[in-house]
Amino acid sequence: MSNSAVSQEHDNGGMGVGSAHADESGDQYLTFIMADEEYGVDILKVQEIRGWERTTPIPNAPPHIKGVINLRGTVVPIVDLRRCFGLDQVEYGPLTVVIVLRIDGDHSSRTMGIVVDAVSDVYSLDKDQMQSAPNMGDSFDTSYIRGLATVGEKMVMLLEINELLDLDDLPSDKELKQQLKAEA
Amino acid sequence: MSVDISQFYQVFFEESLEGLDNMESALMALDTDNIDAETINTIFRAAHSIKGGSATFGFSEVASFTHVLETLLDEVREGARGLAPDHVDLLLRSVDAMRGMIVTLQAGEAIDTRDSDGLKVQFEAILSGDQHVPEAAVESVEVADELTPAGWKIEFAPHADMLRTGNEPIRMFRELAALGDLKVQCHTNKLPSFDALSPEECYLSWTLTLLGQVALDDIKEVFEWVEDEADIAYHALAEGTVDNVADYIDNAVAEGGADQVVASPRGANEAMVNDMLTEVPDTNAAVVTPLKEHATQKDAVASHSPPQATAKAAPKTAPKPAAESSIRVGTDKIDQLINLVGELVITQSMLGQLGEGDSEDFTQEKLLRLQEGLSQLEQNTRELQESVMRIRMLPISFSFSRFPRMVRDLSQRLDKKINLILQGEQTELDKTVMEKIGDPLVHLVRNSVDHGIEPPDVRRAAGKPETGVVTLNAYHQGGNVVIEIRDDGAGLNKERILAKAYENGIVNPSDNLTEEQIYDLIFQPGFSTAKEVSDVSGRGVGMDVVRRNIQELNGSVDVKSQLGKGSTFTIRLPLTLAILDGQLVRVGDQNYIFPLVSIVESIQVGRNQINQMAGGSQVLRLRDEYIPIVYLHEIYSTTADLHSIEEGLVVVVEFDGGKYGVVVDDLLAQQQVVIKSLETNYRRVEGVSGATILGDGTVALIVDIAGIVKMGGAGQAIKQIETMVKNMSKAKVA
Amino acid sequence: MAKILAVDDSASMRQMVAFTLQGAGYDVVEASDGIEALAAADQGQFDLVLSDVNMPNMDGLSLVKALRQRPEFKFIPILMLTTESGGDKKMEGKQAGATGWIVKPFNPEQLLKTIKKVLG
Repeated sequence: MSNSAVSQEHDNGGMGVGSAHADESGDQYLTFIMADEEYGVDILKVQEIRGWERTTPIPNAPPHIKGVINLRGTVVPIVDLRRCFGLDQVEYGPLTVVIVLRIDGDHSSRTMGIVVDAVSDVYSLDKDQMQSAPNMGDSFDTSYIRGLATVGEKMVMLLEINELLDLDDLPSDKELKQQLKAEA
Repeated sequence: MSVDISQFYQVFFEESLEGLDNMESALMALDTDNIDAETINTIFRAAHSIKGGSATFGFSEVASFTHVLETLLDEVREGARGLAPDHVDLLLRSVDAMRGMIVTLQAGEAIDTRDSDGLKVQFEAILSGDQHVPEAAVESVEVADELTPAGWKIEFAPHADMLRTGNEPIRMFRELAALGDLKVQCHTNKLPSFDALSPEECYLSWTLTLLGQVALDDIKEVFEWVEDEADIAYHALAEGTVDNVADYIDNAVAEGGADQVVASPRGANEAMVNDMLTEVPDTNAAVVTPLKEHATQKDAVASHSPPQATAKAAPKTAPKPAAESSIRVGTDKIDQLINLVGELVITQSMLGQLGEGDSEDFTQEKLLRLQEGLSQLEQNTRELQESVMRIRMLPISFSFSRFPRMVRDLSQRLDKKINLILQGEQTELDKTVMEKIGDPLVHLVRNSVDHGIEPPDVRRAAGKPETGVVTLNAYHQGGNVVIEIRDDGAGLNKERILAKAYENGIVNPSDNLTEEQIYDLIFQPGFSTAKEVSDVSGRGVGMDVVRRNIQELNGSVDVKSQLGKGSTFTIRLPLTLAILDGQLVRVGDQNYIFPLVSIVESIQVGRNQINQMAGGSQVLRLRDEYIPIVYLHEIYSTTADLHSIEEGLVVVVEFDGGKYGVVVDDLLAQQQVVIKSLETNYRRVEGVSGATILGDGTVALIVDIAGIVKMGGAGQAIKQIETMVKNMSKAKVA
Repeated sequence: MAKILAVDDSASMRQMVAFTLQGAGYDVVEASDGIEALAAADQGQFDLVLSDVNMPNMDGLSLVKALRQRPEFKFIPILMLTTESGGDKKMEGKQAGATGWIVKPFNPEQLLKTIKKVLG
């Protein structure tokens, strides 16, 4: 399902997106780079962009949850997208970027951050510029990919944030602990 | 213009639930033999408001149900009918039904009217039972089945005092003029001489001619408010009676010999002004306000409407926000807050002044003032914090108020006589704590009514008054709120508790338990002394759940009892959940917070004090006790600096009556921390009760003692220790 | 702009009335019972008063009587918010000095229509 109807109602949290190619017909996406690939998220979900800071790890959390940070008084979890996508780990530094996103649930919304290498651009994309994600077989979960878009020569992978950051799919603490023990 | 009335729903739900609470306590207080006017008024008003609101906001199920209720209550209020005790029961059940409906609506779900329909039928039976059939609305219709006439002649003669109800003839004429072509003829024959004229009275009467296809009902609506303050006659003008307005008026003048004929309401107004002379006192100015001004006003109103309509184009597809809860705060609390902020501003400006100037200017004297300013700031901050916390504090009467009804219903069902006494109802408690203590309190009160208080015959046989007493008391003690549930019933039976505990394997017959320890057994999981599970306090929820819920609030519960005399349950709760006195500890490169209240002591131990148990768990021998040990870094799957126990520190904590040692790297400062939820943006984490933000802006997690004890398997270790101790004592005996 | 005193013990009704009237450009002062309304009346002149009948502390009928005692409220329109079932309340209201009534339930449009009629 598309969240565009819902998300259109929200403002974009004061993000400076003046450079956007304003096009009423399409959805706008903020894109970012990770391991030379470009990914996009619905710009209406973006609350702010900030630099990487040290997180407080959460006990027995899944490996892609880097921990929590203090975002002006609220405790916000940070998700390591490299871990999610099975990419090589890199050392995070002052140039690493955290995109803070707002994820709307049925009754409430939550705020989470994702760690990416760098922010790239803002694109307006029509529906017809988008293709659905190809089936990659069982080994690769494509449910969190909204679609693929071609911008000029580049391919941009558009992410379904709600799917990607869905916490209900996470294994329970106990399962995780066992998993962690097995890894160690 | 369109107003989105759904924005008022939440307020309506909240005030309705509050109204229902008031209605319930008033019903409880109602003496059916001698109905107190104020009490029945309160009850009526609650039903009346809910009906009015639900009808306005379109909740027709609630409106139609409360309507019947209101009708009955209105008759009682007017003294037209009495109220039988079973009517009160019916009304109490209605309160429940309405509450259910409101809560359902609040959750955005569809209403199930089965309960209310049943009750409605019973109310209708009561209402019609004594021939209280509402008068049939039979009204003779004067011009039934006739075609709408070509016009109307209206004789309008206001009584002298019509102006005193704020009814202006001009307003009515204006409305009539909007319906058709209006001719106004003013009769001034009753006007007294000037010296006899009272400016507050109306001496004029009018003959109005309204031409056009106008329904009589529309005209009557114009005069609806003054029907009893004026003589009004309506005459239909048949088609063809008048060819044109001018003709008709000429006729009218000829017929009636009217004093003046004017062609418009405005003319009437002017005529009246002329007649009344210009020296009308100010109080009567409304009557002579020129119509033109009204017209401008009207235009202004109209031009204001459109922007309103656009502004309210509320997003329809936005996700439905969870029901917001609000809190009512006394103005004294707000005033206090404002005063404190004022003091803070003064302190800030004082400190600001100190900061001015060069570093060379900084003298010893300035340093002293700086220190003084900082201590003032500290005090301001503390007071501000306390005041802000007080905003969330509500009197415990919010929670106690449900008990009169509950105890009444329960005692009826159990055929017991019980007098409930509420004390310390004004004791304030944090709103969140209040919400969470509700269920445990209900359970304990039920328990007192069900298991504590004996049936009347048993009490009589024991030489006690037939009516038992259950007392709920609340008071502040230190930084805690204490709630007592006291009954003068049978008391706890030690032998029976022990027998049950042996049976369930909770204790061994050889165990030597103190009285206190025996009573404490009732809080053990799976323990219930009721001979049979009654529908009152049975249902598998035991005292262990009560204790766990209270512990989750960082509180405690214990019981004291005397056989034959009664029992007292004492609950101790922190004043607030938002702030915690914490002990900062370090494990590896992370800091964690222990609730200070659960810490018994912190010690450094040697390896020789540690015993290895079967299954790999460790036990610390501390003086005469054996204490299970858990390593925080193991539970949290992280790394610590320590390689063995003597390199770290053992924090001895108390939980659920048992002591546990938690091994950490180091002990840091003690400080008050503001509790933040992890669940807001993440989810519940086992072994962590929340998070806080430290002075340097980083996040630190708060350790959930119950959670880590469970995760570390220390509960099992305690059992092992017990067995071990027993074996040792046996060995000694042998 | 005309100034209206809206009196109702029900916060939801009061808010709806105030919101509607303010949206139409009227100046609205709210009061939750008769006592509060009289206090508000001390503070200034009003062009119209809208009052619920059933209220704690001081009901609508007593309020109307008290207001009519004051010279500055002697002739201004005072409308009662009443329910259909309270038939005789209308008459009691009139006797107390009310100008007229608006029958509950009403919607914002009906309310505005009546107010505009009275204030012109």
